[in-house]
Amino acid sequence: MSIETKVEQIKEDLDFFEDELSKYEYIIDLGKKLKPLDETHQIPANLVHGCTSQVWLIVENKDGNLYFNGTSDAIIVKGLVFMILEIFSGATIEELKEVDMDIVHELKLAEVITPNRQSGVIGMIKKIKEYALKA
Amino acid sequence: MFKKDFPYFKNSEIAYLDNGATTQKPQCVIDAQVEYYEKYCANTHRSNFGDANKATTNYEGARKILKEFINASGNEEIIFTKGVSESINFIASSFVSKYETVIISSLEHHSNIVPWHMQGRTIGKGLEVVKCDENLSFDFDHFEKLLSQNKNAFVSVTHISNAFGKIHDIKEITRLAHKYGAVVMIDGAQSLAHMKVDVQDLDVDFFAISAHKTFGPTGVGAIYVKKEHLADLLPYQTGGATIHEVDYHGSTLLDSPYMFEAGTQNIAGVIGFAQALEYIKHVGYENIETIEKDVYTYLDKRLREIPDIELYNDIEDSVGSRSFNIKGLIHDDVGILVDKMKIALRVGHHCAQPIMKQLGIKGTIRVSLAFYNNYTDIDKLILALKKAISMLKD
Repeated sequence: MSIETKVEQIKEDLDFFEDELSKYEYIIDLGKKLKPLDETHQIPANLVHGCTSQVWLIVENKDGNLYFNGTSDAIIVKGLVFMILEIFSGATIEELKEVDMDIVHELKLAEVITPNRQSGVIGMIKKIKEYALKA
Repeated sequence: MFKKDFPYFKNSEIAYLDNGATTQKPQCVIDAQVEYYEKYCANTHRSNFGDANKATTNYEGARKILKEFINASGNEEIIFTKGVSESINFIASSFVSKYETVIISSLEHHSNIVPWHMQGRTIGKGLEVVKCDENLSFDFDHFEKLLSQNKNAFVSVTHISNAFGKIHDIKEITRLAHKYGAVVMIDGAQSLAHMKVDVQDLDVDFFAISAHKTFGPTGVGAIYVKKEHLADLLPYQTGGATIHEVDYHGSTLLDSPYMFEAGTQNIAGVIGFAQALEYIKHVGYENIETIEKDVYTYLDKRLREIPDIELYNDIEDSVGSRSFNIKGLIHDDVGILVDKMKIALRVGHHCAQPIMKQLGIKGTIRVSLAFYNNYTDIDKLILALKKAISMLKD
């Protein structure tokens, strides 16, 4: 599935909720699905810049596709990490190199999260792109 | 009962509990600024036509109002600035260089830390920090020790901690500092919204003031400078409106306060600030203190109903802000959810990272009150907090 299709799917899921608190309940539940990230990976080198809470992201290269894992110390942010991993994990290096930061706007995250936290999501996407460019 | 004076509350259903960051503005403050722009917008101290004279009269009138408000002894002791940060930076760069040591407290916000770092002062090298106890109270024994060890010291401490609402005993701090020959600047960012300040009674040398935290406009503040220090204070910027005479060989400057107010000031803002002070006089500090103490005590009582709440100081000697965490939760998560339930408060380090580090936390949830807040605001907050916690802890 392409990155665009996954973005579209998540956007549809978020749009389903009429009130914001239910949307957050959904995001909190997504966070609970996140695979635990071993504490040995929760080191400064894997930290995402721009997040008000701490977010760690790691990458694994399997035959030209990048698989990400990550977590946060904040519960809601864990849900955002889950969304970002759903969108980008498994994509090819070439696809990830072309990633556009406008995804944050496409997801309509601006309506859900504050500017500070949007920069956190942008930080995650930047880190993913960074990993792709280095891969 | 005072919310009706503030248009914000007519236009918003939000329980506004972020007064430590900025207060709301009463209608009279907004009107005073609009009136300047609509009816007599002209520059001050330069032109001599009617509107310019009116602008100058009202701008200088504001200085007199502030002078009387804080009981300064002369208008020349009141210098308008952009706010507390500019006031502190101004004194740091124009006065403090000759002092070997700057002594601050553990409860300072970044505006009273970073300017000293910019001068190359770090702890032990031109900067000393007075410890606080587990209740965040100022350690006077440590302070006295630092004063006795540093014969040439400049003391710069906050009046009320923005992060925890803790009040420093300024009168005692100043008395001790002067006993050892030190000079004292007070960061009064959080003061005037909550309590009467009398600079002569406190005997401070410098007192930094914020308009926007005092029901006035943003971008305006002032620094009170005790008369005896004016001759030693240099302008850190000059230009328009500061000079007496200029030729290509040199310039002579005007006397204080004009030599320190370079360029066109925030005229509307200063006029609005004066209205804010008049409004406070109209409400009265006795009223403000009674209402706030009542609501603050109620807030404390209701917060203690919340399981696993972690408070960092008791409410004795505190005013305005109440800061806490919920065990097992990150303050940020709580902040996001209560925002969606129409509660405006601040989460984070509140521009006071060193004290957060000392407490071993990244930040807190901070509720900060003004006299217009009431029990209903607190009830809404508690309900929202309980709902947020249940969502996050489920």
